[in-house]
Amino acid sequence: MTPNTPTPNTLTPNTVKPVARLRASWLGALTLLSLATTALFALLIAPADSVQGDAARLLYLHVPAAWLAYLAFFVTAVASALYLWPRTRRSAWDQLAGASAEVGVLCTGLTLFVGSVWGRPIWGTWWEWEARLTTTAILFFLYVGYGALRRIGGPGSERRNAIAALIAFVDVPVVHFSVSWWTTLHQEGSVFNDRMEVQIDDPLMSLTLWLAVASFTLFYAWCCVLRMRLFELEAGRAERDLANAIEQRIASRAVPMGTG
Amino acid sequence: MTFAGEAALVAGKDLRIEARARVVTAQVLPFAGIVVLLFAFALDPRRNVLPTLAPGLFWVAVLLSSLLAVSRSFAIESEHGGRDGLRLAGLDGGAIFLGKAAAIGLQLLLLEVVLLVAVFALYDVEVHGLVVIVPAALVATAGIAAAGTVYGVLAAGLRVRETLVPVLVLPAVAPVLLGATRAFELALAGELGGAWRWTSLLAVFAALYTMLGVLTFGPLLEEA
Repeated sequence: MTPNTPTPNTLTPNTVKPVARLRASWLGALTLLSLATTALFALLIAPADSVQGDAARLLYLHVPAAWLAYLAFFVTAVASALYLWPRTRRSAWDQLAGASAEVGVLCTGLTLFVGSVWGRPIWGTWWEWEARLTTTAILFFLYVGYGALRRIGGPGSERRNAIAALIAFVDVPVVHFSVSWWTTLHQEGSVFNDRMEVQIDDPLMSLTLWLAVASFTLFYAWCCVLRMRLFELEAGRAERDLANAIEQRIASRAVPMGTG
Repeated sequence: MTFAGEAALVAGKDLRIEARARVVTAQVLPFAGIVVLLFAFALDPRRNVLPTLAPGLFWVAVLLSSLLAVSRSFAIESEHGGRDGLRLAGLDGGAIFLGKAAAIGLQLLLLEVVLLVAVFALYDVEVHGLVVIVPAALVATAGIAAAGTVYGVLAAGLRVRETLVPVLVLPAVAPVLLGATRAFELALAGELGGAWRWTSLLAVFAALYTMLGVLTFGPLLEEA
């Protein structure tokens, strides 16, 4: 090797531990398998609803998405609290909070979209000013704001993010309470009654629903793992760029000094 | 100096700056006024609904104006190392929060008085139930000011502050818009009991955000 050969590239992105990578790929495989099974059950095996017909199949997407939205925001709040607690302060908690919130926003959006598509044939309207729907819509914007704050980054951003997540989480019950109070006092001809709620008494339908919830939860976990790995790589990028630049500078100075 | 004294000091400083610069009176107040006019233009074909919609339109105008007031409150700290000054002043973080929130709240109250007169006159509203309207406006304003100050310091020192504050504040203060609008509607309709219930919800919101602000303002100011 000649002395002016460039130094080995320190930009290799494989800084994530191989064991963690292997676990993530197993999780990914399991997720894809269970999602495929869910699709099979939801679209073909489970019977259509006696009242709503095939539209009820949308619930196999709607219910897991709604459950995950709330789970994700709860995880964001817990991870943020763990970050703020001095004894458990680790960047990984901040990353988990961010990853979980991003998946949560995605699931909230999906909940609203699928609910809307389902509402059109069943209620005859795309949107109904009902407490749960309205709360979910506000929640969506609340966490879009949190995501916007996270994107800014910079020094001190981890603590700022954690506090913002906790404030947003505390706001949720107030939003829910005020919205449900508002809708119960001002509801004209409710579309929400027992007849319109899906009656899941068919064992195959409830099995499909549970399967959907389980496989979407796996999907959530997988997304979080991948997103956290991306956060880690992003955080390391600046350091690696700097190290690389220093080595290049040293190498470029070494050549004229050595020859001259 | 006591906690309340420190808060009064910060509020006094912000109000003194405002009294000299007159940004709220010269810019935010006219902004709220034109918003009220624009609502009337937007609803022109159904002008007869204006008295019914007046409470909601009034509070939307107040919320939009509060965004400007919050941005202004943190803009004055970004010049001449204001934030460093606040951090080094040795004041309690909670007291700084209360001072800044009180200054924003007082400015908003002034704006609301002018706006309320304009709305009552322009939208042809018959005034009833002032006995609830006044306390409801007070606690709603306290809630908006407290929440605005919390989110204002979150965005303070960031280059995108002006665009970030609205997206953080508006979803969070949605309960205030709901509560204050219903309280005003019910009070104008003479249903004082219902109006008081919404006022109590507004008070809970204001208390919650005041508590959050007192607890988190210090650490957030450090990171700003």
